[in-house]
Amino acid sequence: MNIVVCINHVPDTETKVKVGSDGKSIDQAGVNYMLNPYDEFAIEAALQLKEKHGGQTLVVSLGGDAHKETLRKALAMGIEKAVLLKDTSVRDSFSIAKALAEELRAISPDCILFGKQSIDYYDEQIPGLVAEFLGMPSVSVVVKLDVKDGTVMCEREIEGGHEIVETRLPAVISAQKGLNEPRYPSLKGIMAAKTKPIEERQPAIVPPFVEVIGMNKPPGKQPGKIVGTDKSAVPELIRLLHEEAKVI
Amino acid sequence: MKILAFAEQREGKFKKSAFEVTQAARRIADKLTAELITLVIGDNIEHILPELRMYGANRVLAAQDTRLQYYSTTAYAKIVAQVAQQEQAMLLFLPASQMGKDLAPRIAAKLSAGVAADSVALRVENGDLIATRPVYAGKAMIDVRITSPIKLFTLRPNVFTAVAGNGAAIAVEKVSIQLDDVDFAAKVTGVKLTEGRPDVTEASIIVSGGRGLKGPENFHLVEKLADVLGAAVGASRAVVDAGWRPHDEQVGQTGKTVSPTLYIACGISGAVQHLAGMSTSKYIVAINKDKDAPIFQVADYGVVADVFEILPTLTEELKKTLGK
Ligand SMILES: Cc1cc2nc3c(=O)[nH]c(=O)nc-3n(C[C@H](O)[C@H](O)[C@H](O)COP(=O)(O)OP(=O)(O)OC[C@H]3O[C@@H](n4cnc5c(N)ncnc54)[C@H](O)[C@@H]3O)c2cc1C
Ligand SMILES: Nc1ncnc2c1ncn2[C@@H]1O[C@H](COP(=O)(O)O)[C@@H](O)[C@H]1O
Repeated sequence: MNIVVCINHVPDTETKVKVGSDGKSIDQAGVNYMLNPYDEFAIEAALQLKEKHGGQTLVVSLGGDAHKETLRKALAMGIEKAVLLKDTSVRDSFSIAKALAEELRAISPDCILFGKQSIDYYDEQIPGLVAEFLGMPSVSVVVKLDVKDGTVMCEREIEGGHEIVETRLPAVISAQKGLNEPRYPSLKGIMAAKTKPIEERQPAIVPPFVEVIGMNKPPGKQPGKIVGTDKSAVPELIRLLHEEAKVI
Repeated sequence: MKILAFAEQREGKFKKSAFEVTQAARRIADKLTAELITLVIGDNIEHILPELRMYGANRVLAAQDTRLQYYSTTAYAKIVAQVAQQEQAMLLFLPASQMGKDLAPRIAAKLSAGVAADSVALRVENGDLIATRPVYAGKAMIDVRITSPIKLFTLRPNVFTAVAGNGAAIAVEKVSIQLDDVDFAAKVTGVKLTEGRPDVTEASIIVSGGRGLKGPENFHLVEKLADVLGAAVGASRAVVDAGWRPHDEQVGQTGKTVSPTLYIACGISGAVQHLAGMSTSKYIVAINKDKDAPIFQVADYGVVADVFEILPTLTEELKKTLGK
């Protein structure tokens, strides 16, 4: 099986966000980046598929040189090959998905895995866009995945339950937390990743469709009142919720 | 100009988001003097369509087919995109629900449209529709303008409140779109629903528990309070990773983003990653024995005490107040 995982490089979750001088993006000073957490589940799923069915694994990321760090992490986890589509000009989902789709069309994989979402812009667009560009079926937000004789059985998360979905390869899958337990890169894996080459290519980029016109910090919340320090606070808490907040 | 609103239903019942999306689209249609069309897709949906009129719909298009009993990404996307094209709708509104988030990119690719995902506010500026959306887990908000001719917006559930009005009469039209087997290339064969409590993303009240509960065996305290309030049960990542609670209850940066009217955090410290998922809740109550826990920085009402003391009392007192 020919398996490709698309991965993103995002600010880590501890990042204190400051609006940058352009007023449209974050101040990069002191920001650490990491492999997008959901993409770890996608990488793990790819490795498990390969272990079960054989085949090749490849990771692709579109971004600047910094994305190599994230590609290396995937290689350290056990992915065999990496491609960097080198571009720093866009961050629009449509443009990125188009470029990824063009690259993937040339590779014609049996299975394309994504994380369900990037935790920087929270778009949750790229897997669906790529699937549509390639004319492939897709299942998003997958928490259970099994492939047998070219048939893909999935469970995807919906509000208050799961949908059971069946499709055929080639297909696009986006991974949700709960799908698996991503492995830690082994020392051997980390060493091996250092010498694996990362192929670089220049993608063709279509102009973006979404323009950011401003970034703001959300209105800060004032700490409220401490109602009490033992169970004698309970009647007052209920009164406040009922009469002041009017939420119960 | 025409605006197309997608009203989500499952199993012959509208989701609350259907009303939110319809009414939000109505407001924008009025501002832009545009015509609003509301689209409903499914099987056995005729009887629910009149409900939409209370939220400002007047032209309702219904796409019915027995094969649409369950959601289908490709079939639904085909219908929405074709209706948009036939009607020449320029603005499309969908809920940022699991269905809407799955559909939006498919439709966007078909119509070469930009998407403002998970919008929490909309405003008209010089004839342009500007959407505000949270990024970096709610640590910042961006205002975006879509530059493609056709524009898609997904609206975060629970944020655009829908208020039922009297409403005028509605005209229902049947949509006839040819569906082929390839449109069901990925096929939903069944749905497993977790019985009982609402989902965290849809609930108006959430009672969440963290490591302060000490073990999975104590979560009945959280569940009982939730049940008295008709609330959903949420959890911190610490307790999900420990296997005390299922993944779909996790609230936070790598869990669900929620905006209920009331969020009750029990024995949760309030790490940045947790706050990221719930800080837009209208009212936040924190019960934590550490007065310096960061959760108190965002709580409207705090109780600095032991959850094992507060939760049973709170549940009992609420039962009395709410007459249960
Ligand atoms: C990449 C990444 C992503 C993450 N994503 C998420 C996410 O999506 N959601 C999330 O929640 N976390 C997330 N985290 C984890 C987060 O950093 C915290 O570790 C986690 O939220 C802590 O959970 P907690 O509050 O239950 O536990 P703790 O931090 O251990 O807090 C327990 C609290 O309970 C209080 N307590 C203890 N006993 C009692 C008692 N008897 N009565 C009252 N109070 C008591 C304590 O004072 C303490 O404040 C993420 C972390 C990383 C690195
Ligand atoms: N720049 C990128 N390069 C490769 N894959 C990406 C990129 N950005 C996002 N993805 C993939 O698309 C998924 C969804 O991202 P998004 O649509 O940005 O929320 C991520 O989890 C990644 O798997």
